Amino acid sequence: MPLSRKTASLFQRRSANGHEKVIWASLLSCALISILTTVGIIVVLLGNAVYSPGKSTAFFEEVSVWEFFTDTHWKPAERHSGTELSDSATGKPAGHFGILPLLSGTMMVALVGSMVGVPIGLGAAIYLSEYASPKERDVLKPVLEILAGIPTVVYGFFGLHFITPWILQPVLKHVFGIEIGVFNVTSAGIVVGIMVTPMIASLSEDVLRSVPRSLREAAYALGSTRFDVSMRVVVPAALSGILAAFLLAFSRAIGETMAVTIAGGHKIMLTANPLAEVQTMTAYMVHQSFGDNSASSIQYKSIYAVGLALFSMTLVINIASQWVLRRFREVYQ
Amino acid sequence: MVAIREISRPSASLNAMSTPAGPVLRVPPAVAGVNRDQDMSSHADAINARRMNFYYGENQVLFDVSLTVPERSVTALIGPSGCGKSTFLRTLNRMNDLIEGTRCTGELLVQGQNIMDPSVDVVLLRKHVGMVFQKSTPFPKSIFENVAYGPRVAGEKNRAVLAELVESCLRKAALWEEVRDRLNDSAMALSGGQQQRLCIARTLATNPQIILMDEPASALDPASTARIEDLIGELCSQYTIVIVTHNMQQASRVSHQTAFFFEGRLIEVGPTTRIFTSPAQKKTQDYITGRFG
Repeated sequence: MPLSRKTASLFQRRSANGHEKVIWASLLSCALISILTTVGIIVVLLGNAVYSPGKSTAFFEEVSVWEFFTDTHWKPAERHSGTELSDSATGKPAGHFGILPLLSGTMMVALVGSMVGVPIGLGAAIYLSEYASPKERDVLKPVLEILAGIPTVVYGFFGLHFITPWILQPVLKHVFGIEIGVFNVTSAGIVVGIMVTPMIASLSEDVLRSVPRSLREAAYALGSTRFDVSMRVVVPAALSGILAAFLLAFSRAIGETMAVTIAGGHKIMLTANPLAEVQTMTAYMVHQSFGDNSASSIQYKSIYAVGLALFSMTLVINIASQWVLRRFREVYQ
Repeated sequence: MVAIREISRPSASLNAMSTPAGPVLRVPPAVAGVNRDQDMSSHADAINARRMNFYYGENQVLFDVSLTVPERSVTALIGPSGCGKSTFLRTLNRMNDLIEGTRCTGELLVQGQNIMDPSVDVVLLRKHVGMVFQKSTPFPKSIFENVAYGPRVAGEKNRAVLAELVESCLRKAALWEEVRDRLNDSAMALSGGQQQRLCIARTLATNPQIILMDEPASALDPASTARIEDLIGELCSQYTIVIVTHNMQQASRVSHQTAFFFEGRLIEVGPTTRIFTSPAQKKTQDYITGRFG
């Protein structure tokens, strides 16, 4: 606060305040970087997908939003940028840009991932918070964090070369008599589930442990077993935080790229079969960016449209998880 | 340990007050239902603690505590903070088992059974010996589900049975009239005094014989405190109640028997009227006349 000049020199600003300003400015810019990055990403996505100033055209200037959300095929290779849209032999534009097949792949992988990650993650969290002795917790938590630190490409090959050939294929063949391909949704989903398990476990454990001890004691005093206390009191009391953790994990599963690119495959089709080979939105973006399409081609621009869809989905889910956390939180004195 | 302000206060008036002539303290009238002059010798022992020692790690906090609690009576445990009264209370339903590194020796008979025996099922014990805490601890559930919690974990599923039980327990806890129209509302929305009575109702629903209360009214306003005290008077015809309290007036109003703890030892136990009018121990007298603690 600037003091009046009339006050004693004892309280006068010193030149050292200049350092304060430098520190303030550099810390502020660190804080702003995350915001600027987000803004930058949104500008790039919108600029290539929705509206492009200047000569080049954005994705949605060539493909209608209606087609994008309703067409059940995604066949970018058959369409070429510019004139062919209206100038095709059949009179209809060639190629298809319907996001649904990619979306179905993404959602299926994320759902399988949630089915694997949610029960395991929550179970681990309950064990760590309610059952484990301090010693066990000291061992288990770091191990869980190591699991979270394994590069996702390793998980991809783990799915492709272990889960599919050593678990899924033999089990499905001998138990159900079903043959499945090397690439499939289930193995991708399982590895994604394993990947999000530490995240669910760690976030859920935090909220479980924040349930006041007095509530647990009250439950024990009413003749509860440890399981009663966990399932009837602690988990319900922490439910908002647990749901928020699930949503964040789901959003992470949707955005997961490398493992699903490797284990999920690259066949783009609208299916609800979890044993089929699919390409997810993220995997499509990887494939397309390594392809030999020019940066001005509609195929290349479609990356941004898919990216924008993905960004919107995860943004909505993250906001939803914040909302759940606030809306349903129990306040303890 | 405890800061004791016992050290020489050279006040003539205080010295005069502590002379053994006449009653040490005027004892306030007891709440309805508590007859302090009643002879409890015909009542069987609900709790019989013999030479109990208790340790937090290496730190011993209870020394050779022996105390008998008659059935269907109220026993107040008083003493300064850290004197071990709460720890003793929590040994009675083995609540201290939940704290790592604690150890207890001695013999503790509840309804004639030694509950320190490793073969004792603490889950069953705690249904038998209920507990109400200082801070009201309603579960973040509806009022109905709070009271129905105990019966539900005990396996009761019949909605009609539960509804009947919830009503009778809420009536016993003098809360029914206030909440009968909003049983499905969250218990968190009740006032502090109502929450505490809800916790008492919840404890009654497990059908205990003994109810332990750890300063049940210390966080409540005077009106709510009076309601809790009246409730204790009503409940003690059916239940054995052991209550820890910092409030000596409260102890004298609600209890038949008072036990004074100091530095982990049971200094004196006896009929409440006697403890408050002619305590046998100097320490007890100093404490109840407010010279320390």
